Amino acid sequence: MTALAALLRRDMRIAMRVGGGALIGVLFFLIVVTLTPFALGPDLALLKRIGPAILWLAALLASLLALDRLFAGDRDDGSLDLILMGAAPLELVVAAKGLAHWLTTGLPLVLAAPLIGLFLNLDVPAEAALLLTLLVGTPALTFIGLIGAAIAVTLRRGGLLLAVLVLPLTVPVLIFGVAAANAAVAGPVPFGTPFTVLCALTLASLVVGPFAAAAALRQEME
Amino acid sequence: MGLSDLANPTRFLKFANRTIPWLAGVTVLAFAFAIERAMLAPDDYQQGATVKIMFLHVPSAWLGMLCWGLMSVAALGTLVWRHPLADVTAKAAAPIGAAFTLLCLATGSLWGRPEWGTYWVWDARLTSELILLLLYLGVIALWRTVEDPSRAARAVAVLTLVGAINLPIIKFSVDWWNTLHQGASVFRLDGSTIYPTILIPLFIMAAAFTLLFATLLLAAMRNEILRRRVRTLQLMQASAAS
Repeated sequence: MTALAALLRRDMRIAMRVGGGALIGVLFFLIVVTLTPFALGPDLALLKRIGPAILWLAALLASLLALDRLFAGDRDDGSLDLILMGAAPLELVVAAKGLAHWLTTGLPLVLAAPLIGLFLNLDVPAEAALLLTLLVGTPALTFIGLIGAAIAVTLRRGGLLLAVLVLPLTVPVLIFGVAAANAAVAGPVPFGTPFTVLCALTLASLVVGPFAAAAALRQEME
Repeated sequence: MGLSDLANPTRFLKFANRTIPWLAGVTVLAFAFAIERAMLAPDDYQQGATVKIMFLHVPSAWLGMLCWGLMSVAALGTLVWRHPLADVTAKAAAPIGAAFTLLCLATGSLWGRPEWGTYWVWDARLTSELILLLLYLGVIALWRTVEDPSRAARAVAVLTLVGAINLPIIKFSVDWWNTLHQGASVFRLDGSTIYPTILIPLFIMAAAFTLLFATLLLAAMRNEILRRRVRTLQLMQASAAS
């Protein structure tokens, strides 16, 4: 347990330091959202209607940004070999790294979303629904991304391939995240229906992600 | 000759060389029969002759999913048993499965234009099928990114098993979400809702497609083994030269 806590603290400290890139995701998120009114026109009624979808899409893209460094940094300096040889179960180690990654890249996105939502003319219920769906949904994005990060760890140009591999798998999360955020504002389905499915997707990815990523790491680092 | 005997690539090549011409011949005969049956099948009272597109659409959809299922079994073979032919199978199957899935989407949208009035809708079945195509393309991209085939095989195997989650989603998408694509009509607990004059030619066509798949897969596996041998020879040549 102490080993996992130490790993969590270490990963978070690395991410927060200079060159760690924890907050670049938020900046990217802000820029993507800023670009949409330029593409769609500053029609506030339209932006209000599609705002949750834009924010979810931007969050999905932003969560991909730092993903390729999740294991690659550890691979480069050799600590991944130590982790693989260590006594702690690799699945839990991977989950701890995923948690650290979510706390440094996913959580800032969630916290920034209501503020950025103001640009898209979202009102208070929409903001609350968005905050809740992103809070529940972004861990799923991170833990599905873990699989791609583990698969791409030995590739020299893994970043681009990573997006191609991970994005199709995140489609259900996007569908139910946006559906729940829209249901809270416009209906016709109650908020609970898509939201519970979103919770289920997140719980499933919390299990499947670490196991698949650990399997990929074991196979590739032999 | 069992499955373990075929693990030896040389023996597999011999088997493939002997089997492929026969299999190809049977495939041609099966297609001749299936096309004849399909053309003689009556037109639908509503759709007219466009119902014939279904004889291509449905088998290619089945094959596209069957192929991912086969790749998943091969992925287990790679990860668990380290079967030497498993990663050859997985690599050879991916482009074939992608082609069948593309064929399914293309024929479906050609059928959809006269019948639904649109080439594409974001219906659950269509979307999950499109994701299957994207997953196939991702797998192919991963195969082409990693140089060492056995290392690529293990990365692809993990991705293939994760992507297999999509198969039940495709199968049950029409039951879970009640959207434009029609519900399950061939395999149902209360019997098929398709009239035998169309159902039987459909099964014959599916058998022909499966034979085609087997032929293509065996040929692609043979090519892949030969390609790996060429690669090994080139590596030996390069290391001898330096």
